[in-house]
This record gives sequence, structure tokens and C-alpha cells, in this order.
Amino acid sequence: MEENFKVIDNYLMVRMPEEVDHHKSVYISKTADEYIMREGVGNVVFDFEDTRFMDSSGIGIIIGRYKKISYFGGKVFAINTDMRIKRTLMICGLHKVIEIME
Amino acid sequence: MEAGHKMRGRTENYTVLRNEMKMSFDAVSVNEAFARVAVAAFVTPLNPTLEEVSDIKTAVSEAVTNAIIHGYDREYTQGNQSEEREQVYLHCIIEEDVLQVEVRDTGKGIEDIDQAMEPLFTTKPEMDRSGMGFAFMEAFMDDLEVLSEPGCGTTVRMKKKLGITSWIRQEE
Repeated sequence: MEENFKVIDNYLMVRMPEEVDHHKSVYISKTADEYIMREGVGNVVFDFEDTRFMDSSGIGIIIGRYKKISYFGGKVFAINTDMRIKRTLMICGLHKVIEIME
Repeated sequence: MEAGHKMRGRTENYTVLRNEMKMSFDAVSVNEAFARVAVAAFVTPLNPTLEEVSDIKTAVSEAVTNAIIHGYDREYTQGNQSEEREQVYLHCIIEEDVLQVEVRDTGKGIEDIDQAMEPLFTTKPEMDRSGMGFAFMEAFMDDLEVLSEPGCGTTVRMKKKLGITSWIRQEE
């Protein structure tokens, strides 16, 4: 699963799985934090290209990383979000703090 | 149509009027996906839209996740090891075009239900929980009822009417 995490310049790219739920979120949060600490990246990009399902655990992942990274002025991005994912993010008002790109 | 006819699974027209399903499974996180897929499969005779299936899956996932991480909180369950394995109970009923889903645990229960249902309120911020579980259930289903007593477990009952979303959402 490590291949879903990639560091490009100052960005950590996280390829989200097909289904983002509590079961998967624990591993994603933990691994993303390890990369952020080890590689000292400033920004995080969550790629939802493969994602077909997400519940509030996904929101937890994003808010958790946002708190860590925004402290040092970093930004969080969500890319390739389909209508569903976008709606879920917007219900929580996340579009005000992170950058959402389709 | 008379009530007696409704009790049968199908009429001559092969439309499902009433159908019921009960199951229980271990309170472990792999079963979250299993539970939501099972409910999604259960509603297929109603010909739900992709949108509706997705709403139902999200709501079920939230309720089951809550039962597993909050109901059977590790600190709470460590005390009573003598008991059998913790189980989550799922009970679904389809009546006409309404789906009712009940998710029940026998875990630690909720002290203040109103507070628990507040968006962004969570007792486990360290676990990266967003506190949006109940808010999502409310947003994606038509009706939500939470019954709980500390030490006696929690029951979450949700209802959703299928087949109306298409014209309600048109204005968007």
C-alpha cells in the first residue's frame, strides 16, 4: 500500500483507496503523518480518482492532516473529486479551508 | 390493498411491499464495508438510484462505525472480558417504498444524546474522528432516531423514502 504515498517536491501525494471508511482511515492517517514528519513536506494532496465511497472517516483524515500542516503554513488539496465526494466535503464546509479540484 | 396481502413478500405484480432482514456480526472494522454492502444489496428490489444507494451506504457506515469505536470502546470493553464477543445487530425493513435501518449495539451507551448529535462534537478527536457521524446520518436519510442509555447500548433507527430524490433535487 506504500505506493499510494509519493513525495513530489514539497507535496505529499496520497492516492485514496476505492472505499474510504474507518477501517482504511487508520492506516492512511498514520502513514501520511509518518511521511509528513520524515520528509518534512509542507503540503498534502489527496487524490480521489479511484474513490467511489467515503464517509465521515475521510473528513477526519483531511481535518487531521490540515491541522498538522496548516500550523506551518502548508495547504491541503483534494483532487479528482467526483460529485459525491465533493458534496460530502462541502457538507462539512471543508471547501473553505482546503482547495478542492475536480 | 388489505394488510394481509402486504405481509407477503410479493404480490402478483412482483413488487416488493414488505421485506425484512436481520443479521449480526462481530464489532470489528472490516465488517463496516460488509454491513453497508449488505444493506445496499437488500434495497435493490426497490430500484434505488445510485445516489440513493450511496446515501444509504454512507449512513449505514456511520452508524456501524459508531457502534464499533464508541459503543464498544476499548476502555469500556476491557472491564468485562467474561462476556461473549461484541456484536453489532443490523435490522432492515422495507415497507412499500420506505427503508428502515436499525443498528444496535450492547456497548457503553451515550450519556448526552443531544451533545453527541451536535456536528463536530466527538469524544475521540485523537483518533481523527470528525464528529460528523450523526450529522451525515441526518443529511443522507429522511428520519433519524437515537435511543441510548449509559451501560445499556445504543440503537440508531433511520428511515429513507426511496424514489423521490430525483425531483426534489432538480432545483439544484
